[in-house]
Parts: sequence; C-alpha cells; structure tokens
Amino acid sequence: MGTSKNIIISNIVNRWIKGSVVRRTVHRPIHAVSAVIVLLIILMAITAPLISTHDPVDVNLREIHEGPSLNHWLGTDDLGRDLASRLFFGARVSIQVGFIAVGIAVGLGTPIGLLAGFRGGLVDEIIMRIMDAILVIPALVLALGITAALGAGLNNVMMAIGFTNIPIYARLTRGQVLAAREFDYVTAARATGVGGIRIAFRHILPNTFAPIIVSGAIAVSFAILTEAALSFLGVGIPPPAPSWGSMLQLGAEFMEENPIESFAPGIAIFITVLAVNLLGDGLREGLDPKLRGR
Amino acid sequence: MQRLIIRRAIGYVPTILFVTMFVFSFLLLLPLEPTALLVGTEEGATPERLEKFRKELGYDKPIPVQYVRWVKGVFTGDWGRSLRTRERITVELRNRMVPTLELAIGSWLVTILVALPVGIYSAARPNTVGDNTGTVFAIAGVALPNFWFAILMIYLFGVILGWLPTNGYVSPWVDPVENLRRMIMPVIVAGTSSVASIMRQTRSAMLEVLREDYVRTAHAKGLSEQKVLIRHALRNGLIPVVTIMGFQIANLLGGAAVVETIFNIPGLGQFAIQGAILVDIPVVQGVLLVFGTSVVLVNFGIDILYAFLDPRVRYT
Repeated sequence: MGTSKNIIISNIVNRWIKGSVVRRTVHRPIHAVSAVIVLLIILMAITAPLISTHDPVDVNLREIHEGPSLNHWLGTDDLGRDLASRLFFGARVSIQVGFIAVGIAVGLGTPIGLLAGFRGGLVDEIIMRIMDAILVIPALVLALGITAALGAGLNNVMMAIGFTNIPIYARLTRGQVLAAREFDYVTAARATGVGGIRIAFRHILPNTFAPIIVSGAIAVSFAILTEAALSFLGVGIPPPAPSWGSMLQLGAEFMEENPIESFAPGIAIFITVLAVNLLGDGLREGLDPKLRGR
Repeated sequence: MQRLIIRRAIGYVPTILFVTMFVFSFLLLLPLEPTALLVGTEEGATPERLEKFRKELGYDKPIPVQYVRWVKGVFTGDWGRSLRTRERITVELRNRMVPTLELAIGSWLVTILVALPVGIYSAARPNTVGDNTGTVFAIAGVALPNFWFAILMIYLFGVILGWLPTNGYVSPWVDPVENLRRMIMPVIVAGTSSVASIMRQTRSAMLEVLREDYVRTAHAKGLSEQKVLIRHALRNGLIPVVTIMGFQIANLLGGAAVVETIFNIPGLGQFAIQGAILVDIPVVQGVLLVFGTSVVLVNFGIDILYAFLDPRVRYT
C-alpha cells in the first residue's frame, strides 16, 4: 500500500513534466504572457539584493524627488531613497506574503475541510459554522484587526492574511470530499476494508489538488493586494522596510512633483495581481480538461 | 415559507455565536493586557491604577467569565469604551452607520448595474470581441488596488479637473446634492473591485442556462432574443449569482473601509482602521461585530430571496 501514494504523486509529476498540464495552462497567449510575468516577478524578488543599485533604506537628503536617471533608474522618493531598489525589495515582501499566507491557509484549511467532509454530522456542522463566522467578517478588516492586535510586521501580516483565507480551503476541500465520497472507487476502497483516514488521504485528497491550485492562484493575488492595502494604511510592514503599499502611500503625497513615486508601486501591484490572476485562469484550463475550449 | 424563514434564522444562531467568540478573542491576541495600553496613554502605569482598571474591565476574572460578561454587555447595549478616548463605542458606531450604509448600498448598485448587463451580454455572445473586452476590464478592475484607484480619481476629478470635492462627508438629510457629489467617487471605487466576480459568475451561469432545452424551445417558439434572455434564461441564471452577492457584501464592506479612510468619510470602516492603528481593540471589536452581523443578516435575506427565485428550495 505504501507505493500507491507514490504512484499518485508520480502520475501528477509525470503529467506536469510531460507538459500536458503546462502546455494547456499556457495554451492561450494571454496566459503564457502572465506566466512569464509571474516568473519574472518571482525572479526579481529572489535576486533583489543583486539587481538593486542602492540600499533600499538608504536615506540621501541631497537627492530627493529625483526623476529617472542612470544612477536612479526610477528616481528617488521624498527621503532620497532609490525607487527601483525599493521596488525590487518590495517584490520580496509581496511574493513572500502571497505564497506563505496562502500556504498557511491551504495547510490549515485543507485538513479542516477534510475532517468536516469526512466525519459529517455534528463535527461538520460545528466546523462549518466556525468557518462561516470567519467568512462573514470582511477579510481586510479582520486582517487589519489581527495585525493590530499582534503588532505590525511581516510575519504577523502573513499570519493574519493566511487566517482569513482558511475558510476558503476548508469549504473547497469539504465540497470535494462530499462529492468524492459518492464515487465508486471510494466505495470500492471502503468495501475492501480500507480505513477512514487512509481513504481521506490516499483516495480523496489527490482529487482536491486541482481546485486548490486554481483557487490558490487567485488567493495569492488577493493576499498581495491585502498586504499592500494594510501597508498603505500603515498597519502592515513597518517602515522603513519597502512594501509596495507603503511606497504608494508615501508617493501619493507628491503626485504633482514626482508622479513616478506613486505610479511605480501602483503599476507593480496592478501588474503582479493581474498576472497572478490570469495565470490562475490558465491553470484552471490546464488542470481541468473538461474546461478546454470554453 | 414561514417555516423556512424560521428554520434559516435558527441556522444562523451558531454563526452569530461564533462571531462573538471570535471577536471577543481579539483581546487575547494582544501581547500585553489592554489595561497596560490604557494606563500607558495617561500619566503612567502605577500598580494601583493598573489594578483599578483590571477590576473595572474585569480582566481579573477567568477568560470564560470575561466572555460571558462581554456578550451580556453586547446584548444589553454596553459595548465597552474606547481605550483611547474613553467614549462609549456604541455612540460612535451609531453615528457612523449612515455613511457606511450609503457607501455599501451605492457600491453594491454600481457593481450590479455594471456586472449583470456585461455578464449577460458576454454569455449571449461568448468569445466575441465584446465578451473578451468585458472580461479584460473586469479582471483589470480586480487587480487595480482600490487605494490607488481612489488616489488617481481624486487627482483627476478633484485636483486637475476640479469637478468633485475630494474628501469629507455631507449628510443626505442636510444637502442631498452635495452628498451625491461627495459620494460618487467613493461609490465607484468601492464597487469596481466586485464587478469582476459577479460578472464572471453571471456569464458562466447564463452560459449554462442558455444550453438548456427550454431555452431552445423558447427560441423555437420565435420569441425575440431579448425575451428569451430576460424572461426565460435570466431567472434561472441569477440563482447562483445571488449567492455570490451575499459573500461580496463582506468584500464590499472591506473595500469601503479603505475608501472611507482615503476620502475621509466618517464611517464604520474608517473607525476600525483608526482603531487598529491606535491598537484600540474595543473599537475594532465593535466594528467587526457590526460588520459580521450585517453580513449574516444580508445572507439571511438572500436565503429568503432564494426561496422566491427557486421553488425547489421552498418545498424541500
């Protein structure tokens, strides 16, 4: 039995490597372009220390509000800090928050949904009502409250955003479990005496991968937006660390003097969220053959 | 119908209960006791003052006792006082209700008025230029951060063109015209981010419905396309859209909080954000509680609406 899990995983890996999933995902040009953009932004985040020409928090009051130049590719902000370098390091914050927050949500939400769907009855009822209670509170305000209570900072922002996303995965997984429970192969597994937990993890969980990945992409884009909003409002990543949200907030004051100070982070957020969102769309088509051509 | 309403209402009781537990537990998240924060803002934390506040706020009791006491307060109208201003939170909440309600209803209307027609059009003409353009704009609307959109609008219509006032709120009872002038931009900004999900939901639900036999029959009868779409397809197509709208309310309220802050509208969301910045947890709790219960109420209303739209719900 120990090999069945490996077979499932190797099948999935095979499908990815053989490229049928990847090929279908980037089948349409718009999805291919967004995949490239997402990869570039991730690369930018990883290599931020290498490609930055200045220290992102280095204040230089003799060079404030400068326009783009060879020395400062995108110019400088109100403290003379290099905008391009801040933008690169800001990508680190966005990418980290996007992936880790959603990772937290998937990591906690999936088992919760699995438990609810599998046990059913009172357990299911209680779990889902708790999830509803989280869902009815606006995610942004909830994340704001949690960050405020825990204190601003990257880790707390990621935890807060991750927490608000848990119900999405709990509901999604539960729905998949309820659907899968009726499948013949699950009945067959049950009939041969396979235990509940094993059915849950070996036979049902792999079915939930595709929808989780698809909604994960969308959730990453929302997490990036939420972090930017929190930092914009002053309760996210504390200054002077660069975050696109706080850069935009600072830059907005100098709209007339030097519009690039707010446009650069604004466009960065816009393009990142757009690309991740469209990639999610592409993944939906890539992972679900039934949707092809729709 | 009556039985359905009662059953649904009872179904939401546990959700409300969990919302209160949840909102209460915010105080437990604080790294230090709220009393220390409170005392810290004034002349300093002498042990006697700390002890006095602990007693006054009930922090010397075990957590479940604190919770029961807090919930009792919530139901009897005592929502506590702001840690900073020492004002009763309920007073402030009541004053801030109208602007937020106006913003929420306005942005919800914007969302529906844009999303439904575009979604229906997209479904009637799938994969055409019009359909694709609609989708691109809708996704762009999601990706455009509302705070940046707000700033751009303020700059364009407020600063460059000078058409609209850029911040502040005037009550509709005092001056309805000025109220509208000040609410146009906030309402558009808050509504934009929800357009995409409702539009796409409408599109896919309508696509689904348009494949049904009864739609083909309606076409075959020689009905005009408009009649088929509106009279026959839309009614069934709207059912899943209505569900999504319920969830969107929470999103709209979240977006409204940001918009209120930028346009300086004295609403609930602005109160929550100011409270969060000052670590004034009772304020945050108060707003979360209002938001949570409002969304539950809206969803309850939608359940009922659902029963009207879909007879199958009524008889099960």
